[in-house]
Amino acid sequence: MINPRVEDFATDFDHTDEAWVADPYPIMEDLRERCPVAHSDRYGGLWAPMTYEAVSAIANDTDHFTSRTVVIHNGRPGDEAPPAPIGVAPPISSDPPFHEIARRLLLPAFAPRPIAALEEFTRTFCSGLLDQISDAEFVDASVQYAEHIPVALIAKLCGLPPEDGDQFREFVRIVLEGVDLPAEERIEAFKPVEDYIVAAIQQRRENPDDGLISYLLDAEIMGNKLSDEHVFGSIVLLIVAGIDTTWSAIGSSIWHLAQNPDDLARLIAHPEMLPSAVEEFLRAYAPVSMARLVKDDFEFQGCPMKKDDWIFLSFPAANRDPLAFDNADEVLIDREINRHSAFGLGIHRCLGSNLARMEMTVALEEWLKRYTKFELNASEPTTFSQGQVRGPRQLPVRIVERA
Amino acid sequence: MKIHLDTEKCQGHGRCYSLAPDLFDCDDLGTAVVVVTGDLNDEQLAKARLAAGNCPEFAITIGD
Repeated sequence: MINPRVEDFATDFDHTDEAWVADPYPIMEDLRERCPVAHSDRYGGLWAPMTYEAVSAIANDTDHFTSRTVVIHNGRPGDEAPPAPIGVAPPISSDPPFHEIARRLLLPAFAPRPIAALEEFTRTFCSGLLDQISDAEFVDASVQYAEHIPVALIAKLCGLPPEDGDQFREFVRIVLEGVDLPAEERIEAFKPVEDYIVAAIQQRRENPDDGLISYLLDAEIMGNKLSDEHVFGSIVLLIVAGIDTTWSAIGSSIWHLAQNPDDLARLIAHPEMLPSAVEEFLRAYAPVSMARLVKDDFEFQGCPMKKDDWIFLSFPAANRDPLAFDNADEVLIDREINRHSAFGLGIHRCLGSNLARMEMTVALEEWLKRYTKFELNASEPTTFSQGQVRGPRQLPVRIVERA
Repeated sequence: MKIHLDTEKCQGHGRCYSLAPDLFDCDDLGTAVVVVTGDLNDEQLAKARLAAGNCPEFAITIGD
């Protein structure tokens, strides 16, 4: 579905517009000055707050905003989306009080210690990808590197075969791009994803393993096993939310370093700066914008919101707000105070944030161990994803110097 | 000066125990736990302020 081009983002906001996809930051800045909560009649009605304060207020207000569906699509969701509080993919689609129950089931698997145990696997995997790139001068850092890393981790966590991983990126595309299709076509397009996950669940019912699918099948809420829909929805969530997000964050970091040789040289000379650089890349190039639905007619900061209007909840815009961050539009890899919201704010803080940080850190460490100077290869296009997850999808770089 | 952690606000972003592991730890869910509950020395105070300044939920304050 191709929407008409946007002329004024203040009154006709569309995050899929090519101007927003190409470079959203000047648009955010312009809106913050003249219309901090943009509006659109598209998607059946949508509001897009651009300030940290408004994004934080909405993220923390589960009384007026529901997470029932979190992928913005044409038309109002009406009755098609499963009702709160569970939603289609718990816990991201769940509201209180069910949200916390669903979330607590998954949190232990994503806590720092179990994630740290995956670091060696991640390092070996990244190093193997770089071995394959070998001594090539021209490399696509997205296609040959970033996109493979989260797929391998999600497959490993779920106990799914690593060779199935490449299919998952296709699943992500189906789920995120299929939202504008008519219901029948969407169900048809979703069929391979459904078949794959249903079969994976069935196999583990018969032969449990130590992955997350078996863990969820064994879990109980108040003495009851989870419903099949709950297990299925949570596995869809892990596959959809855990892949293009981290892929984007790794890609955007390499994209920045390819264009900022001073930052690259500092990181090569001072690898101990990488943790603060990772946080700054997360702030400045936050990949994920979430969505909410307005629960009932409600006035928010002077905006007459209607029941079932969409909220485009832009953590990237919040992270660039000069009222919340000094020199908000500058990327400062040694920024000391950085309360960025790349992983969201409030009860829906990204479940996989520890995993994402570990993957980013290891992916960048391994890349920088091999490539001490690299730049964008301007003879090939760099392209960015369209939608609620932003990051490079083609990232051609030229390796100038190897370690 | 002591660390005050608002456990209602903490969402387990994990910034404090990454930046100041001598002062903060986490439970099995990744929620922050204060390790040093008493008065802070100067070095600890600097680390505690760093942790507070990086908490996305404004859950950490330093005070009496």
